[in-house]
Amino acid sequence: MDTIISDLGLVINATLIAMPPLLYAALGSCFSERSGVINIGIEGMMTIGAFVGVVVAYFTGNPWFSFLCGGLAGAVFGLLHAVACVSFGADQTISGTAINFLAPGLAIFLCKAMFDGSSDSPSIDTASKLPRLLDGVFPVGSFWNNVLNTYSAAYLAFVAVLVVWFVFYKTRFGMRLRAAGEHPEACATLGINVFRIRYICVILSGFLSGLGGAYVTLATVSQFRPAIIVGQGFIAIAAVIFGKFSPHGAMLACLLFGLCTGLRTIASQGNWISPNLISMIPYVVTVITLVLFVGHARVPAANGKPFEKSK
Amino acid sequence: MDKKKGILQGNAFYTLLSILVGFFVGAILLFLAGISPGEAYGQLFEGVFGNLKNIVWAFIYASPLIFTGLSVAFSFKTGVFNIGAEGQFVVGSLAACAVGILVKLPPALHIPLCMLSAVAAGAVWGSVVGLLKVKRGINEVLSFIMFNWIAYYFSNYAVNLQILHKEGGGEATKDILDSASIVFPDVIRDFLGKNRNANFGFLLAAAAAVLIWFIIRKTTLGYKLRAVGYNNYAAQYGGINSDRAVMTAMAISGGLAGLGGAVQLMGMSMRISQFASQESYGFQGITVALIAGSNPIGCIFSGLFYGAMKYGGTKLSLVDAPSEVVDIIMGTIIFFIAISHVLRNLILSRKGGKA
Repeated sequence: MDTIISDLGLVINATLIAMPPLLYAALGSCFSERSGVINIGIEGMMTIGAFVGVVVAYFTGNPWFSFLCGGLAGAVFGLLHAVACVSFGADQTISGTAINFLAPGLAIFLCKAMFDGSSDSPSIDTASKLPRLLDGVFPVGSFWNNVLNTYSAAYLAFVAVLVVWFVFYKTRFGMRLRAAGEHPEACATLGINVFRIRYICVILSGFLSGLGGAYVTLATVSQFRPAIIVGQGFIAIAAVIFGKFSPHGAMLACLLFGLCTGLRTIASQGNWISPNLISMIPYVVTVITLVLFVGHARVPAANGKPFEKSK
Repeated sequence: MDKKKGILQGNAFYTLLSILVGFFVGAILLFLAGISPGEAYGQLFEGVFGNLKNIVWAFIYASPLIFTGLSVAFSFKTGVFNIGAEGQFVVGSLAACAVGILVKLPPALHIPLCMLSAVAAGAVWGSVVGLLKVKRGINEVLSFIMFNWIAYYFSNYAVNLQILHKEGGGEATKDILDSASIVFPDVIRDFLGKNRNANFGFLLAAAAAVLIWFIIRKTTLGYKLRAVGYNNYAAQYGGINSDRAVMTAMAISGGLAGLGGAVQLMGMSMRISQFASQESYGFQGITVALIAGSNPIGCIFSGLFYGAMKYGGTKLSLVDAPSEVVDIIMGTIIFFIAISHVLRNLILSRKGGKA
């Protein structure tokens, strides 16, 4: 019984480690998709956030400032995506693909340029990492320590869900951004500036993705490596679809997909099921959701369509 | 129409401009990193055109990219966006690998069988997404992304299956049998600068490009697919079964990407290793198709351009320049091609205003 509980603790622990980056990125994806702009560049934005976050921490030693910088680095690429998709009416999928080349390319390029040609950044020390919230409160290795003693930015991610939910459903801006994703022409008729709303949302999606990436290097891993973001950005997109494009739905989806990662950690220790099959689960269940509940998991109507002001 | 305006209206002008901007952005980054852009680009050029062997390498690198480029270009012509070429490439490669290891046949049968299974695997992978689109109205971009990752993890799973896995060989499959290899015979390889991996891939890719051009331009099928891509409703009104057209397009597009996977495996890698990250052949295919303006014949040349850049990029470490500058150049090129149509309208309207 004790081993089961401690195993459970480990699974929850691994889930909570995997989940926050997904959650930040998924909240970002919510903003972009709900305002009517498909953003498949999340993966790239996370990668640049991961790099900038750890480099700033390496030089300044200030984890929260570094975390913020990671977000800002993502926001820069959000701005780039917004310029292409909102101002220039470019194909959003193509622009996102470009960002998935540009941002990771730039991250590794800069890493090699800064650290003598090495594509791995140096590791940062524990003091420069994001702090754990309840360190030392519970005995090491105990169930509660595994479950609750996680990085403070993980708790912050859950707070962010509340904030985003509030913005989406209780503020004027939230109503407008949802409207911009459903019927931008009607918005424009009412004097709402669709361009500005979409700009803000796409930049925010970059910022939150950047935070998600920075979480990986500032909390989980403590250094940057080329394959540090492998699919998290796409799992975040899957989570948003699975969560029916709402912040709270995306959170539940991230919990489920984070659990897959948690199970993967346990599975790779035992031999009972291939970790690769577990890694497939988020994508498979997302496809199944799309097939079964297509009426409910409805994509915002104007998603992917550039908005042009009528002349 | 005067000649100058004609150039400004054509796509080629903006594609060339985008390529120039790409190199310019790359140069700025190199300069900021304290590396002489001239030296780096010189090395890139020298790395490809320095000798015959390297030129052949560029062709080898180009072959799979021409296939994924064709796959994406074909999908563009028919109004779908095959961002799933990545996954189709992976399952094609895996199918060819399984047949290449497990089936014993003379080369004359083994090679076609491997390729056919790759085409079939890629076509199925594409068609499933087509089916979801046609039957359930699901946006193909979203399901393609999911299928890319399912293929990725499935391949990693299959690599570790006992039947394919190489004993004590790290995380990779056994090599495919010699009878499934499409590497040129020694005589030809000696002639091509003794390049050990010189293979039939490029010839197949070029033949595929001509075939696809023929299908799109000269057959009833191609006409139907283009009609659906151009205006779905008008095509339906004209009596074309648009659902079937989308399915056919997805199957052909997927098959092409799958064949690309087979060519890369049978001519170059000979085995599949466990992925640490996506290999991006499919995404690079998007670039190839965009540079070619979705023209199948154009894909041969844009594929060669990308192949040369990729191979040249591997030589950049000689001058301490990060090879990722190639990704940055290519990303910038796609980005600018993506926004170029608006740029064109801007320039043309300004010209028109003056006249």
